[in-house]
Amino acid sequence: MNARRSLPRRLPRLLAVGLRTHIVYLSRSPLEILVALIEPLIFATIAVYLFRAGDRPGELLSAAVGAGLMGIWASVLFGSGAAIQNQRWMGVLEPLAAAPVPLVLVFLPITLASAAVGAYALLATLIWGVLLFGVPLDFADPLAFVAAVPATVLSLGMVGLLLAASFVLLPNANALANSLSYPVWMMSGMLVPVDVLPAWSAPLSAALPSKWGADALRAAVTGGDAWPPILICLAVGLCYLVLGALMMTWVERRARDTATLALA
Amino acid sequence: MYAIEADNLHRTYRTSSGWIRRTRRTITAVDGVSFQVPPGELFGLLGPNGAGKTTTIKILNTLLLPTGGTARIHGLDVTRHTAEVRRRIGYVFGGDRGLYDRLSALDNLRYFAELYEVDPRVQRRRIEELLELVGLTGRQKERVEGYSRGMKQRLHIARGLLHDPDVIFLDEPTLGVDPVAARDLRAMIAELVRSGRTVLLTTHYMFEAEELCDRIGVITSGRMRALGTPGELKRHAQDRVVVEAEVYGVDEEQLDALRAERGVRGVTVDQRGMLQVIVVQCDIDGDAEPERFRSFVRQSLAHLKLGRVEVREPTLEDAYVGIVTGQEAAAPETTAVLS
Ligand SMILES: Nc1ncnc2c1ncn2[C@@H]1O[C@H](COP(=O)(O)OP(=O)(O)O)[C@@H](O)[C@H]1O
Ligand SMILES: [Mg+2]
Repeated sequence: MNARRSLPRRLPRLLAVGLRTHIVYLSRSPLEILVALIEPLIFATIAVYLFRAGDRPGELLSAAVGAGLMGIWASVLFGSGAAIQNQRWMGVLEPLAAAPVPLVLVFLPITLASAAVGAYALLATLIWGVLLFGVPLDFADPLAFVAAVPATVLSLGMVGLLLAASFVLLPNANALANSLSYPVWMMSGMLVPVDVLPAWSAPLSAALPSKWGADALRAAVTGGDAWPPILICLAVGLCYLVLGALMMTWVERRARDTATLALA
Repeated sequence: MYAIEADNLHRTYRTSSGWIRRTRRTITAVDGVSFQVPPGELFGLLGPNGAGKTTTIKILNTLLLPTGGTARIHGLDVTRHTAEVRRRIGYVFGGDRGLYDRLSALDNLRYFAELYEVDPRVQRRRIEELLELVGLTGRQKERVEGYSRGMKQRLHIARGLLHDPDVIFLDEPTLGVDPVAARDLRAMIAELVRSGRTVLLTTHYMFEAEELCDRIGVITSGRMRALGTPGELKRHAQDRVVVEAEVYGVDEEQLDALRAERGVRGVTVDQRGMLQVIVVQCDIDGDAEPERFRSFVRQSLAHLKLGRVEVREPTLEDAYVGIVTGQEAAAPETTAVLS
């Protein structure tokens, strides 16, 4: 048989093929397409009206970006929750788990794929904002913006991994996903700036890469140094990757113990 | 060294049902199963639904942890050397789930080739070979959702062979596949064994096991009841005859009356439309016996509309039915007895 390459050497290709596979798969889901078409429109509308009501027209772009970020989070949350459940329904969770590759590397591309679909939501929200509401596209630092988007997507994909690991064990993961969407929007400063939130929530916000992603995107839009929050965003994301990997290892063991891989 | 070794495997499931008053139950699915399969053998695991076949396979292929006992693949313990075991085994299960149906066969295979660590340099060639082997060449770019049951099953097999495993687990691979496609699948399985692989096959079709398997283990209620070559299992029913009667409208009571007769081992009914075919297995200890049983069956059912009543030699199927219904152990001198 052919000689096996070491895992670090195979990793980039493994992730790339996985990402491609799952993005293609998602792009062929009728529901996914519908959500992808409608959700950004709704988010753009909410963002614009929220800020018009607040009489801060100068921050329209920033609001649209915040709304787009909500799209990424929604996609990660529901994508990760539903993706794992879907693998189980389709009966592929067992062949995935039976692969010699560690389960965490099987799931990372799945959660990254939903984050990437979310990045599309961010773009679509911006485009709707421009087309419908005349949001001006005047970025203070376009380069930082272009760097902040993938950094945010990557870190949120890693958060998704931890969620995915937890969701493997839960029969009603969707209910949990629902209850997690709004608090994270709030605490990341996607809807309102974090400084209007009570002080106790500050550490929680700091633990969310989406907060740093939002800071970075806002800085890139309105001015300010976007690079430190980009780096923090990635660093926090890596912590979730480590937690997710540990959780996934434990979960796999447990699933083999309790027979929860198959749809019983 | 054996390719597959199961050593006193046990597996229980804990289930709970109900929301307010949760009732918990423990189900014993596998209850002390042991067997060994030498390299290159096609070993059949045969038994009725719920016997514990799938559970046994999932312990051997690392998807389930045993609650007792040990198992080894080429000497590697399945719970301790999980990744190494996974590289050496392939797993194919029946049914039409288990594939990404909105993707093409090619995309499915490319993805799993990556997960099953197939060297990128040989992936393309390997996938082409496998498509050829399972007869899907030319259809590989179509989405799986448009495939027939048989095509999906063949794609399953291709997926299970991507990493060229030398031990292959096939769990009811012909389940729900039409007869022609099932015959093709059996030919494919025979070919795998000819190429030197070790195959563990589960099925509840006796003829399938008889046609393919070098040895068969019969399992019911999580226990191995008999184990041997098809010939050995058949001999297990050698001092027996079978009376087969075609009848209309027989009821349980009349069947029980048949069962109560001295020398009757077991009675089973096969419903064929309106017609029922009653199979009576009888122990014989003299030359006159077969005729005696035939007249007995004829008389017992005389008041019903009766068709053909015949005496015949027991087949492997009869031996199997005898083992499963009687839950008896096979004769020790011909087969290994495990219970
Ligand atoms: N995940 C599970 N949870 C609870 N009980 C199960 C589970 N899987 C199988 N069983 C039970 O274990 C027994 C053996 O099942 P299985 O191994 O699937 O048998 P077979 O493959 O021979 O039909 C059956 O009684 C079945 O209901
Ligand atoms: Mg089964």
